[in-house]
Amino acid sequence: MVLRRSEIKVLIPRVGGTNCDRETSIAFRDLGVGTEVVHTRRVIREESLLDYDILVFPGGFSYGDYIRSGAIWAKEVETHLLDDLTRFVDEGHPVLGICNGFPLLVEIGLLPGFEGRSTYPEAALATNSSNVFECRWVHLRNVNRGNCPFTRLIPRDALVRMPVAHGEGRFVFPKEKEEEYLQRLYEKDQLVLRYAKPDGSFAEEEYPHNPNGSFHDIAAICNPEGNVFGLMPHPERAYYGWHLPDWTRMAKPSAYGDGRTIFEAVVEYVERRF
Amino acid sequence: MRRERIIQREAPFTLYEIDLAGARNEELVEVKDALDLGLSLEEMRAVRDYFLLLERRATDVELQTIDQTWSEHCFHKTFKGLIETPEGVVDGLLRTYIRRVAEDLRPEWCFSLFEDNAGIVDFDGVHGIAIKVETHNHPSAIEPFGGAATGTGGVIRDVLGVWADPIACTDVLCFGPLDTRFEDLPPGMKHPRFLYSGVVAGIGSYGNNMGIPTVNGAIYFDEGYIGNIVVYCGCIGVLPKDRYIRNVRAGDVIVLAGGRTGRDGIHGVTFASAELTEESEEVSRPAVQIPNPVEEEKLKRAIIQIRDEGLGSGITDLGGGGLSSAVGETAHRYGLGAEVKLGVVPLKGLGLAPWEIWVSESQERMLLAIPLERLDRAMEIFEEEDVEATSIGQYTESHRLRVFFAGYMVMDIDLDLLFTPPKVHRRAKWTPPMLQEPRFEMPRDLTPTLLRLLASPNIASKESVVRTYDHEVQGRTAVKPFQGEYSGPNDAAVLKPLPDSWRGIVISCGMNPRYSKIDPYWMAASAIDEAVRNNVAVGGRRLALLDNFTWGNPEKPDRLGGLERAARACYEIASTFETPFVSGKDSLYNESPLGPVTPTLLITALGIIPDIRQAVTLDLKAPGDLLYLLGETYPELGGSEYYTLNGFLGLSVPKVDAAGARETFTFLNEAMDRGLIRACHDLSEGGLAVAASEMAFSGGLGLEIDLGAIKSSSPMRDDLILFSESNSRLLVEVSPEKSREFEELMRGVVFSKVGQVMREQRLLIQGDSGRLVVDASLSDLLETWKGTLR
Repeated sequence: MVLRRSEIKVLIPRVGGTNCDRETSIAFRDLGVGTEVVHTRRVIREESLLDYDILVFPGGFSYGDYIRSGAIWAKEVETHLLDDLTRFVDEGHPVLGICNGFPLLVEIGLLPGFEGRSTYPEAALATNSSNVFECRWVHLRNVNRGNCPFTRLIPRDALVRMPVAHGEGRFVFPKEKEEEYLQRLYEKDQLVLRYAKPDGSFAEEEYPHNPNGSFHDIAAICNPEGNVFGLMPHPERAYYGWHLPDWTRMAKPSAYGDGRTIFEAVVEYVERRF
Repeated sequence: MRRERIIQREAPFTLYEIDLAGARNEELVEVKDALDLGLSLEEMRAVRDYFLLLERRATDVELQTIDQTWSEHCFHKTFKGLIETPEGVVDGLLRTYIRRVAEDLRPEWCFSLFEDNAGIVDFDGVHGIAIKVETHNHPSAIEPFGGAATGTGGVIRDVLGVWADPIACTDVLCFGPLDTRFEDLPPGMKHPRFLYSGVVAGIGSYGNNMGIPTVNGAIYFDEGYIGNIVVYCGCIGVLPKDRYIRNVRAGDVIVLAGGRTGRDGIHGVTFASAELTEESEEVSRPAVQIPNPVEEEKLKRAIIQIRDEGLGSGITDLGGGGLSSAVGETAHRYGLGAEVKLGVVPLKGLGLAPWEIWVSESQERMLLAIPLERLDRAMEIFEEEDVEATSIGQYTESHRLRVFFAGYMVMDIDLDLLFTPPKVHRRAKWTPPMLQEPRFEMPRDLTPTLLRLLASPNIASKESVVRTYDHEVQGRTAVKPFQGEYSGPNDAAVLKPLPDSWRGIVISCGMNPRYSKIDPYWMAASAIDEAVRNNVAVGGRRLALLDNFTWGNPEKPDRLGGLERAARACYEIASTFETPFVSGKDSLYNESPLGPVTPTLLITALGIIPDIRQAVTLDLKAPGDLLYLLGETYPELGGSEYYTLNGFLGLSVPKVDAAGARETFTFLNEAMDRGLIRACHDLSEGGLAVAASEMAFSGGLGLEIDLGAIKSSSPMRDDLILFSESNSRLLVEVSPEKSREFEELMRGVVFSKVGQVMREQRLLIQGDSGRLVVDASLSDLLETWKGTLR
């Protein structure tokens, strides 16, 4: 049975301090799928998580990001929604974490999730090496070999452009496990997007191409199964052509930006699979 | 023996009564000082007479309320007062100069002017755009992070206070030079660099956390800000016009929602209306509030939901004066009274006296009026959003403000008294400063001069600051603060407020504080012209303006004389431009041991662009294109960056020919609509040379300019042409195929064909004599421009 696009339902949960839910919802709706932005408390109360086909944790400063970015919200989800969330993931439904949603997935243990969900975070999104919030467009190179459905529409090694906007986005592993964990990311094809220079070479941690000092220029990873995906850049802010930082230079600006490919890919994935 | 004037009343809490009967002047002053009131002696006498009529003592709650309501900050006494000038009496600067522009023009697209928390203009017939700009100078001087953050938080609540959903913020900041020597700072004064980093962090933290993009602004450095920094915070919101509901009736419940009330922010308005001194840090620290943006984010969600469901009958924010102002002003606005029970207000800590609860300016609080039958649903929404909300009383038929605490009535005042303070009378006399035009040799090579100008802090790139503000959250920003790969400086921001409409808004600002040292009239005129031309440069039209004055002590005739001149310019220039003022705010008493602040007027312009896809940016687009200069160049360098670089102030301050400028701007709009303009940039600090450099390095394309082709009023030296800051000028790029149509269209206005875009990445400027006076590579220009504040 094939799920029709208009029947696909995206859940965008939020809490106090979430602030990218609106534009994320607009992006999905432009693709013809249904979205609901729902307070996490209501999702918990109504036990409604399994009613949806796609789950997206949007950007923002959940609960003020006091403690660490995404940490408080992650605890809330872990405490009240873990069973449903585990089932959702195990059934292969796509889970997307954008910006604040990325550290949330790391805090819950779904990413990188080498051996399934870890009970403690195996990575972190630390304070930017510049020590300040950074809002800028970056180049990202798709290094995934096909495991991650979210970037399926971006050719391998192709560059895409999206903006980042965060104060805590430096992807790090525990120092002593850095190489081992990186190896595992490669082995299971979990590495997805890396910060790059405009010429296509990797940023090699050079600022501002790598805007936050992320280890190995990591901007996005997925779980070994590919259906849980976290990224620091904002595809929803690179959705339309007029979002681009230089669309006024183009003789005929395109209707859409690169960010759209991520949303389109996940919708197609659900259409085909469920 | 002297009579005891301040008497503690028997009560299970702290309550003082003040006996003003028969009090003489010196006793009134003593009372005023004991209660830390900002009232003048004349105002204290009016208060005494009122309570004499009532034949009772005043409570501390009552006196504090009067103090807050009558403060300069809340009531804008100076702008409403009588001003005697050598040319005659001005009855209210606000009425005579600022509001009158709209009253003369009567634009049907102005929806709400000066009467609510924010001005509202029509957007597309169905929606309105709300806009407000505030100052938060004094708190930021004491505690830069908290002061600036709560400035942003406050202005966002102003926009929420007209039922609008905030979609963008602006910020304009003024500091002393960052290299000010510590020895030059008076005791208690904080170093500009400390203030700069704190303020920037505070602004970013609040806007970013709330998810409101900061899309436009400026940073200005001048010695006149060492003692008094200036922090302007603006916010723009969107609302369905039929949701702008203001029909509070007697019986409607007063709901206080958001953060808890505490001792932070006591007497903020009194502090804002006083001069900064060595003791300010010690004495006024409690006047600075503590920011918690996530609280306001939740509050915003709840309010928008309540708006969409049409549950409220009125709304206002809690800002200066706290509950006392919010309850008093709303009751007064609707011709009602109010009764409030202070005991139910949720507090941050124990032991607050009633007057403290009543005037506290704790952040993230809003006041809503909700009819009883809709109260339950509204409370449910607050609970859903995890926002604390409390019914604290109700509006009444009487015109009285009655406040209760623990069963005691602690206040019972007539609202008409509260809102009719004695009118202030002030004297104003502006004396032109003794200045002259400098004489100096023109340097042979102007390339080093241009590089030094690009590196000067007022011109240099502010990228290191602006990138710490999220300018894209909400996904509405179509033209961003920075353009393209090289991060060139766009003239204005363009937003697309609605997902299903291409119509956009354009936000720009203008400010030329240094000109006020020569003549505040032309300073103000220049600020308006700059805000307008920045807006027009990207395609904006149908402009609404906001005025934000930051001035010294208005009780001093010379300060007020300058203010009167600046306000007069606002009327005269804005009338000719047909750009009404829709909102504004003044901050006076910006004085320190170093003297008054550099008199500063920020003009914010809000324009409309029919289709955001027609927006034009500054970056040069194609080799071979022609470059035109619109407007006339005069030897106007008084207060310019070029003179400043050479240690001069000068006298020839740039003037504005408003009628001529209006023609230019109108034809430019038309040229853009016809698709004739590929790039456009306004000429401001540093004049033609700086604007041309910015266009070139932003587009990564070179430029060849011939100064001989420029139309100027009289023969001028090359350096003066290059760096003149004459107003109303713009550079535009036009493709050769369109140049004829362009020239025909522009026939009525002054323009000159000055150069051509080239592939080679250099800026070449040929002087009048045919000699090359500037020859620089774009990478040198760009790196220099980016280097200063990196």
